[in-house]
Amino acid sequence: MNRAAVKLQVERLSVGYGERIVQHNVSFTVAAGSIFAIMGGSGCGKSTLLQALIGLLRPSAGSVCFGGEDYWSATEARRTEIGRRFGVLFQSGALWSSMTAAQNVALPLEMFTKLDAPTIDALVQVKLSLVGLDVGRDSMPASLSGGMLKRVGLARALSLEPDMLFLDEPSAGLDPVSAKRLDDLILDLCHGFGVTVVLVSHDLESLLNICDDGIFLDGNTNTAIAHGSPKALRAHCDNPFVHAFMNREQPGAEGSPHGS
Amino acid sequence: MAKAETSDVTSDDPSGHGWTSRIHGATTVVSLQGDWLVGETYVDRGVSRLLHEYGSLDRVGFDTERLGHWDTTLLVFLSQLRRASAHYNIDFDETGLPSTARRLLDLLPLRELSAAPAIRSISIAQDVGVQVIGIWAEIVAVTTLVGEATLATASALRGHTRMRRIDLLTCMQEAGLEALPIVSIVNVLVGAILAFVGSIELRRFGADVYIANLVAIAVLREMAALMTAIVMSGRTGGAYAAQIATMQGSEEIDALRSFGIPLLDYLILPRVLALISMMPILYLYGSAIGIVGGFAVAVAMLKISPSIFMAQAAGAVTLAELLFGLAKSVAFGALIAIAGCRVGLRAGRSAADVGRAATTAVVVGIVGVIALDAVFAVCANTLDF
Repeated sequence: MNRAAVKLQVERLSVGYGERIVQHNVSFTVAAGSIFAIMGGSGCGKSTLLQALIGLLRPSAGSVCFGGEDYWSATEARRTEIGRRFGVLFQSGALWSSMTAAQNVALPLEMFTKLDAPTIDALVQVKLSLVGLDVGRDSMPASLSGGMLKRVGLARALSLEPDMLFLDEPSAGLDPVSAKRLDDLILDLCHGFGVTVVLVSHDLESLLNICDDGIFLDGNTNTAIAHGSPKALRAHCDNPFVHAFMNREQPGAEGSPHGS
Repeated sequence: MAKAETSDVTSDDPSGHGWTSRIHGATTVVSLQGDWLVGETYVDRGVSRLLHEYGSLDRVGFDTERLGHWDTTLLVFLSQLRRASAHYNIDFDETGLPSTARRLLDLLPLRELSAAPAIRSISIAQDVGVQVIGIWAEIVAVTTLVGEATLATASALRGHTRMRRIDLLTCMQEAGLEALPIVSIVNVLVGAILAFVGSIELRRFGADVYIANLVAIAVLREMAALMTAIVMSGRTGGAYAAQIATMQGSEEIDALRSFGIPLLDYLILPRVLALISMMPILYLYGSAIGIVGGFAVAVAMLKISPSIFMAQAAGAVTLAELLFGLAKSVAFGALIAIAGCRVGLRAGRSAADVGRAATTAVVVGIVGVIALDAVFAVCANTLDF
C-alpha cells in the first residue's frame, strides 16, 4: 500500500442540488499526509462540497482526483473501491442505531476483511481507546451522549485504516478539553498512520492548531474566496470577510460580502 | 556478546512480517519488521507466551529499524505486550519505538477495561409482575388518551381549539382524497367477488336476481366499512405511527414538550378528527363503488338486467343499515387514528423503532377493527337489528 501516492486534487468543481448551484469553480490540491481545512460561514456549502468529495453527491461540473485517478468518471465498482480507502466522520456521528458502539466499529472489518473475531475485537478495542471512549462500548447509540457519538463515529471512520479521512465538523458540540484531545488525535493519526485529512470546520481554534492548508468558501459569491493555511489567512488576507472570520471580528461595513 | 548468551524467538508469520526477539541477559529486544497493516499481518497473540518463557527478564526493548508501514495492528500488538509486561513486572521500554506510535500508545489503557456489569437476572414472578404492571399502565394511558381526545374533539367542534387548521386540512387530504384510489380498487373487487360467489349458490335455486340484494346488504352493512377500515389501517394508521416515531427520534416531540405545546392539540387531534371525518365519506364512497362492482359482474357476466338489479338493490337496503355502517366507520376511524398516534408516541428513538411502530400500529389497527366489528355484530344481534 503506497500511501505517498494518495492525494486529492479538485478542479473547477461545481456542486449543487438540481438547478441550485451551491458552490462553483472550486479548485484545490491536498498534499498526502497533510490536514486540509474547508472553511466558511454557516450554510455556505462546506458539507455539500464534502459530499461531492466522498462520493455521495455527483458534482454538476469539474473533477475530483484521488492519486491522479478521476473519481467521478470511474465506473461505479471502481468508485466503491476508491471509497473504501476513505474514512468519513459525519456531523452527527451517523451511527447505525441497531448496533452497539463496538459493533458499529466492527462491522466494516467484518464485511471487508477476513480477520477472525478475536482479532477484530482487539482492533475495535484499540480504536475505541484511541478516540478516548472508555465507557459505553456496549451501549446502543441512543444512550450515548453527543460527544461519545462523535468519538465512536471517528473510531468507525478509522476502522478500515483509511488513507484519507473526511471529517465533517469533528469538534462541533464537544467541550474544549475533548475538542483539544480530538485535535491532538487527528494530528497523531495524520503523522502516525500517514493519513491525509480533509476537515470541514468553523472551530477557529482547531483550524489554527492542526491544519496545514485550506480553502475558504463564500456563501454569497458561491465560490472559494481564499486559499492558504488558517494561520496564514489569519495573519494576512485581503478579503475583509475572511480576515474578520479568522480573527473573530465583526466584518467591516465596506467591501464585506456579509457586510450590513 | 557471546552467542551462547542470546537466543531468538520469532513470530510464526510465514510472510516475514512480524517480530523476532533477542535476549541479552535480562533484556529482550523485540525487533519489528515489515509492514504491520490490517489484513496483511495477522495480530500476534503469542506475546504472553514469549514473556512467560523468559521469566527472568526485567526489561523489554524495541528495535524498529526494519519496520515498514504500520497501522492499528501494531498498536494492538504493542498494547498486548505492554499489558503482559505489566503482568510479569517487566519494564516496558518504549524508547525504541517511533514517536508517533508512542504517542498513540499513550492513549491506550494500561489495563484491560473491566467488563460492563452483567444485567441482574430477574425471576419469572418478577418478570410477570413487570409485564402486568406494564399492561395496566398502557391500559390507563390509552384510556386517558381516548378520554382527552374525546373532550378535545368536543371542544374543537364548539370552536375552542389550539389545533392548527392547516394541519387538520393536510391530514384530511392525506386520509381522504389520497386514499380514494386504493379504497376504490378494494371495494370494487369485493363487490364483484360477492356477486360471483353468491351467483353460484343462488343460481341453483333460480334466484339469480337476488344477487343484487346480497351485494347491496353485504357491502353496506359489513364489507365497505370493514374493508375501508383495514385499508386505512395499513395506509394511514401505519403512516401516523411512523411519522410520530420519527419525530420522537429527531427530538421534535421533545421540542414540543419543552415549549409546553400540548401533543394532543398539535399532533393527535388533527389526525383523529381527519380520520373520523373522512372515514364516513370513504365508507359511503366504498359502498357505492362496491355495489358498482357487483352490478358490473351481475350485468356483464350473469346477464341480469340493469334495471332489475337497481330495483332489487334499492328495495333490499334500509336507511338504518346505512346509518349502522356510518356509525361503524366513525368508530373504526377513531380507533385507527388513536392506535397510530399512541403507538408512535411510545416508540423508541432509533430507526428500528420507527419500523416497529409502523408494524405495531397496522397490526393493532387491523385486529382492533375486526374485534370492534364483532362487537358491533353482537350488539346488533342482541338488539335484533
